[in-house]
Amino acid sequence: MTTRSFGKPVRRTEDLRLITGQGSFTDDAGSDALSLVMVRSPYANARVVSIDVSEAEQLDGVTAVLTYEDLPDRLAEPLPLLIPHPSLSEPRTQHILAKDYVRYVGQAVVAIFAADRYIGEDAAERVIIEYESKVAVVGIDGALGTNLVHHDVPKNVAADHSEHVGDVASALAEAPHVLELDFEMERSLGSALEGRASHATWDRHSRKLQIQNATQTPTSVRFAVANILEIPDEQVEVFAIDVGGGFGTKVIHPWPEDILTAWGAMNYERAVKFTEDRVEHFISSSHERSQRHHVKVGFNAEGQILGLDVDFVHDNGAYTPYGMIAPLITATQLPGPYKLPNYRVRFRSVYTNTVQVTPYRGAARPHAVFTMERTMDRIASFLGIDRSEVRQRNFIQPDEFPYDLGMIFQDGRPAIYDSGDYPEMLNKALSMIEWDSFAERRSQAPPGKRRGIGVACYVEGTGLGPYEGGHVRVETGGKIQVSTGLASSGQGHHTVFAQIVADELGVPFEDVEVVTGDTRRFKYAVGTFASRAAVTSGNAVAEAARLVKKKAIALAADALEANPEDLEIVDGQVQVKGTPVRAIPLSQVAVLANPLRYSFSEAAKAATQFAGTASFDEPPIKPGEDPGLEATGWYSPVRATFASGTHAVEVEVDLITSEVEILRYCVVHDCGRIINPLIVEGQIHGGVAQGIAGALYEKLAYDEDGNLQNASFMDFLMPYCTEIPKIEIDHLETPSPLNPLGIKGAGEAGVIPVSAVIASAIEDAEGFEINHMPLFPSELHSMRLASGRQPA
Amino acid sequence: MCMNAEVSHEIVLNVNGEVKRFSAPARRLLSDALRGDLGLTGTHVGCEHGVCGCCTVLIDNQPVRSCLTFAIAAQDRKIRTVEGLAGADGELHPVQAAFKECHALQCGFCTPGFLMTATALLEQRPNPDEEEITEALAGNLCRCTGYQNIRSAIGHAIELMQSDI
Repeated sequence: MTTRSFGKPVRRTEDLRLITGQGSFTDDAGSDALSLVMVRSPYANARVVSIDVSEAEQLDGVTAVLTYEDLPDRLAEPLPLLIPHPSLSEPRTQHILAKDYVRYVGQAVVAIFAADRYIGEDAAERVIIEYESKVAVVGIDGALGTNLVHHDVPKNVAADHSEHVGDVASALAEAPHVLELDFEMERSLGSALEGRASHATWDRHSRKLQIQNATQTPTSVRFAVANILEIPDEQVEVFAIDVGGGFGTKVIHPWPEDILTAWGAMNYERAVKFTEDRVEHFISSSHERSQRHHVKVGFNAEGQILGLDVDFVHDNGAYTPYGMIAPLITATQLPGPYKLPNYRVRFRSVYTNTVQVTPYRGAARPHAVFTMERTMDRIASFLGIDRSEVRQRNFIQPDEFPYDLGMIFQDGRPAIYDSGDYPEMLNKALSMIEWDSFAERRSQAPPGKRRGIGVACYVEGTGLGPYEGGHVRVETGGKIQVSTGLASSGQGHHTVFAQIVADELGVPFEDVEVVTGDTRRFKYAVGTFASRAAVTSGNAVAEAARLVKKKAIALAADALEANPEDLEIVDGQVQVKGTPVRAIPLSQVAVLANPLRYSFSEAAKAATQFAGTASFDEPPIKPGEDPGLEATGWYSPVRATFASGTHAVEVEVDLITSEVEILRYCVVHDCGRIINPLIVEGQIHGGVAQGIAGALYEKLAYDEDGNLQNASFMDFLMPYCTEIPKIEIDHLETPSPLNPLGIKGAGEAGVIPVSAVIASAIEDAEGFEINHMPLFPSELHSMRLASGRQPA
Repeated sequence: MCMNAEVSHEIVLNVNGEVKRFSAPARRLLSDALRGDLGLTGTHVGCEHGVCGCCTVLIDNQPVRSCLTFAIAAQDRKIRTVEGLAGADGELHPVQAAFKECHALQCGFCTPGFLMTATALLEQRPNPDEEEITEALAGNLCRCTGYQNIRSAIGHAIELMQSDI
């Protein structure tokens, strides 16, 4: 048998290039390309009165300086609303360059095409723009006030959405106990170390527009660019070779700069490149996380929830290019692993004069989990029962799957949990963190410190559709070439898809080469987001490999004069089961699969001879067959598969500095069958680190005029290794019944319950309520004073 | 009409043991010179204000932010980049091998900076303790890994280097 690699900690095939400096990130291309440099608004809410570009245009090395008025035809229209939703009654998207008004600091107003970035920035300083500034609408309080972001959007409300299961009003009226609670999370952002980037070239001879783009969705960038530039799809090729982190930001497309680089390449017949700098990433990409939730929860003496009503406000920034995906996820993921027979959720999504808000890793699940888990802790505290016990009493049980939430998920399909074991997961987490013996450790806190412990559970919808495809081809040289359309930004897709194909086809892992995110290789795809890539593309390449295997066995059966049922593929050889001497290598089957006319190599010689010696009663390619040992497979899930996890943390708070130190961080994680534990654990490490960042360090701080005050790594406190503790991981594997590989998504999981679990532990240490995140030492200090505690 | 045509200077850099000549304005950053003028795109630029560490190269064996250094100011110094880490025969430097073995990279964008920082650390202190490792790595940001496997990789690199002796 071929050694199976599924489930093994196989080392990544991606790494060799990346550790030797041979990666291919977008900015690595085009050192002689024209540089696209944007002039961005310094005002959050203003009318553009006049723009004078004359001085900038005269600068040596400047090719062109464009304002909105210079944009041709389709480029002058607003960018597309990617995901409309019935609740989104007032969608707004930005123009490629500001038309009359600017609505956030950072909005692009002028585009400069220059010989290099240095000259482009010199030119930017010479552009004179007169603005008429208006009062900026900042934060949820600002949005609920009287000033408007868009003059034609009353009350700044983009969307108002409600969903319910059961009868919440009656349940709350009849519940023995009802609590009203408020929870809030603040803004953060993906902050990938590589910013957005696009490099476009136009070849007027082949009439190809080639775009290397730092994107999570190259096929959609292709369709969007072709559509806006009004050229055939077939003239546009988009590829994301290496992408330096995405985290949701790079799902959004097309950015103004994507269109301008592509248009510029065609218009000036020069390579054109845009590389976002760090300030631009802060003020012109996407943000997330700002939501305010009001909760009414009714429960009985045992702590079982009878009714839950959540009304929240989502700050969507100045525009809504990605529709209502983030708040819709909060709405449907809020129930988590708990039975909520009566649940009503309503959200209003409101405009503010700030950067647009679109999903960032976790995609509004951290808010949902923070709200639900804080609510669980309050019930426990109110009734005086253990926090773990109140969760156990509300869990959906392992024998209750499939479990229908009665709601519609973000993919527009019913939210039905497919599998899981929430009680066991909690038990494992409690055991890992030694929950029951914590009282002893609490009492051992050193002088000047207090200790607390917390636990939080979540369920995450992953692997949603509509589809992905995969192509597998056996080359006559023996290599197996695999491609899938979605892009990679660090997830190790090349390795895990190779593992899957190697096992399905029966070839050595080392012989499989994978390409992702290249529309020249695979034209149809959805993209890498929503923890969906392994599930969707993984199952698609598995299907393609199975089709190739079938084809190979049929061809080999002819060659070996054997019955197809008697053949197997082992280590790249098609052989008669039990009689490996009767075997033919897959490379040779690939030769047989493609009868040639011309003999240009030894393999081709065999292929031409095969064509000549076939039966004269049959054509060389039989009806219904195609030349080549290759196949395309598709996977289109009927609905999302639901992964889950429980995190537990022990913290120590300093009574003088209010610093929070994490003593132990434990994760129990269930993503169904694990393809590669090394990679899954790496994803968890990174997710938890981003979660800790969002809980204790990172916050985008706008002033009242809509200026982002910490738009740099000097002021936005992205953690270094000094802030991130060791993360202990245990797995549970409840296979998904929805897909042949039994897998669930793992990419976002780590980040989801971190704010909730850390809040729980700090609350346990401090003894007062923690209702918002992130929590900085200064705020914790103020909360201590407000709670009547004197500084130590 | 043209304004402000820039003066170019001939710049000579010693990079990975090779002498490289090119012409560029005085304000050309070392990071941009390495990437754009010399085609050594393994050195990455993550923040352009000296905080993220992606652009770290070694100058006279000290880790330096190439995004805060003018190329012209790095003349007559020995510059080492990630492209020069592996041996001429392609054999990986122990730090590189350890990063691969320990899954210490995901997207790989910050990785060259970490590799150069770790190389400098282990050249100066072949057997650093945990605190020294933390101190050395504390100037490099990674958004993917949570740092845990990077720490493991440093430990593994030390083992590899000691077993090489």
